[in-house]
Amino acid sequence: MFRYIVRRVLWGIAMLIIVSAVVFLIFYVLPTADPAVLRAGRNAGTQQIAQIRHSLGLDEPIYQQYFNYMKQVFLHFNFGYSYQYNVPVRQLIFNRLPATIWLVTGAVIIWLSVGLTIGIISAIRRRSILDRTTMTGSLALISAPVFWLGLVSLYLFADDIGVWKIFPGQGAFASANTPLQKAEAMILPWLVLAAATSAVYARYMRASMIDTMSEDYIRTARAKGLPERTVIRRHAVRSAITPIVTLIGLDVGTLLAGNAILTETVFNIPGVGRLLYNAISVSDLTTIQGITLFGAFFIVFFNLVVDIAYAYIDPRVRYS
Amino acid sequence: MSEPLLQVEDLKVRFSTEDGVVHAVDGISYSVDTGKTIGIVGESGSGKSVSSLTMLGLTRTQGANIEGRILFEGRDLVALPDSELRKIRGNEIAMIFQDPLSSLHPFYKVGAQLTEAVLTHRHVSKATARARAVELLELVGIPDPSRRVDQFPHEFSGGMRQRVMIAMALANEPRLLIADEPTTALDVTVQAQILALLDDLQSRLGMAIIVITHDLGVVAEITDEIAVMYAGRIVERAPTNAIFSTPQHPYTWGLLKSIPRLDSPRGEELVPISGRPPSLIKRPSGCHFHPRCPYVRDRHRKIDPRLEPVPGDEGHAVACLLPAELRGRIWRGLAAGETSATLRHLVVEEEQPVRAHAAPRVSEDGPE
Repeated sequence: MFRYIVRRVLWGIAMLIIVSAVVFLIFYVLPTADPAVLRAGRNAGTQQIAQIRHSLGLDEPIYQQYFNYMKQVFLHFNFGYSYQYNVPVRQLIFNRLPATIWLVTGAVIIWLSVGLTIGIISAIRRRSILDRTTMTGSLALISAPVFWLGLVSLYLFADDIGVWKIFPGQGAFASANTPLQKAEAMILPWLVLAAATSAVYARYMRASMIDTMSEDYIRTARAKGLPERTVIRRHAVRSAITPIVTLIGLDVGTLLAGNAILTETVFNIPGVGRLLYNAISVSDLTTIQGITLFGAFFIVFFNLVVDIAYAYIDPRVRYS
Repeated sequence: MSEPLLQVEDLKVRFSTEDGVVHAVDGISYSVDTGKTIGIVGESGSGKSVSSLTMLGLTRTQGANIEGRILFEGRDLVALPDSELRKIRGNEIAMIFQDPLSSLHPFYKVGAQLTEAVLTHRHVSKATARARAVELLELVGIPDPSRRVDQFPHEFSGGMRQRVMIAMALANEPRLLIADEPTTALDVTVQAQILALLDDLQSRLGMAIIVITHDLGVVAEITDEIAVMYAGRIVERAPTNAIFSTPQHPYTWGLLKSIPRLDSPRGEELVPISGRPPSLIKRPSGCHFHPRCPYVRDRHRKIDPRLEPVPGDEGHAVACLLPAELRGRIWRGLAAGETSATLRHLVVEEEQPVRAHAAPRVSEDGPE
């Protein structure tokens, strides 16, 4: 088990280095905007730009630049400076991360509890009215774009512009102070972000449960005389949930990496997604690069967590 | 003789599917006494597994229609509510399955799965249940049981896993053990071990056993009686030695001629039964076996044979329209090494010769 984890961690690090190299190549070999020009501001002379280029080390060979960048990242945990804000990228990300973590954590809890419960019940009561309703409903939620769902929810429920003024609306999170206020401000974003995902999870879980319920060991469990509830909970769900664990890892990783961008934008939540959106709109390359690396880290990290969880869930993995 | 332990009376199991009604089991009757072993033999899709799963209520799904009676120690298992049946499952009637690799839960230790079987029906402490698990593993001949109990199924070989399945089935000392193709997934040498184990356990524990198999060779050694199933029905039922010495049904002959025997004449070919098992949705008219029967007569396509006693052979019953005397002559011919082709003339009727293997005529339901 220990060797398994070590192997996975080493793979993760290798993965991050590869990702960083690719990101670096994309942004410096195929620049959408010259960082030196951006930095120099308007009305800058050629000489000034050249000077800035030199001071930023942009006139060095690409491998040297990459080496410098990686040295900064690994030795000083420094991701460079944002051209736009003129502060360290690290600080920018760390300022924005809590809001995203708030958003993602709550949404994960909601989509797991709702999605898995619906999936399990639909699988057991297959072809029932409940099954058909939830599966049709989930299809609708999957098809609805997040920004549309977000705007509709604001229109219906926000306490400023809503038809029913129930929940805090846009920008409430930024002005919230206590954890309770923050949680309240997050209710709509959580629901919106969790809606499509819980629908996906419900469908996955249903399919996985249906597969598992036809396994021979489920028949064995029934033949033992176990109550059906025990058969489902102890024997079926335990197996059916394994493929879901992979999904959770990927989804949480990408959301923390800025994939909650639409929800954050609609609800005006100062998270990593919004930061990324702003950085892209002004070609703030170091920020984009930093967020991408952070995102890669989250994805690699949560995949590692998934792999370890897998080995914990399925004993066969530990020995392979 | 007193009441048999298990008595199946005119059991019918039908499933409604999108393609039509599947007549999986169509009116079968048999009984098993304590300490006896009955073999239920047939091809896949003959209804043999469904009939025994029904006994445990494991076919009670949407669209299943179950008729008839299954009397177990006087209680009718068909009429019993789920909650009552559950108390019998794994307790008084236990079952082992074909594929021990997939029949054990891959995520739980063998000990946990055995303990669970004990705790489901017995109010004992976990420690007692665990001690029982070790004892059970020892009973089924697993070496070093106190260490093996903490291992996962994937750490066991196929034969050892089937032993674990048997141990699990025996956890609560059942009165009846149903073994559904217990050796099919195993190596030949391991097959013999498992069969010997079942035989040995039966003599020690005195339970009744139902062995379900497609392989007459498997049941020959350990059964007292054999029921041959075809298309959801029992077509022949007899004490084991009678099935081998004086089989009556052309399907049974086919099964016997298709298994290799050491005492058969040298150079004799194994003869497969031609054709495929019929669809259980649109079954052939008349005798369900007629499309594959080399000895078919024209009227066999219209008349549905009933399971009737074989004259002069107690305990032997067959559902065949050929006259008993003719069946005897054909089997003696087959046993002497003749083929169905050379024996076919025996069944040819004077007024209307019939070609065997003629295109199967199917009932009004349409083609198979």
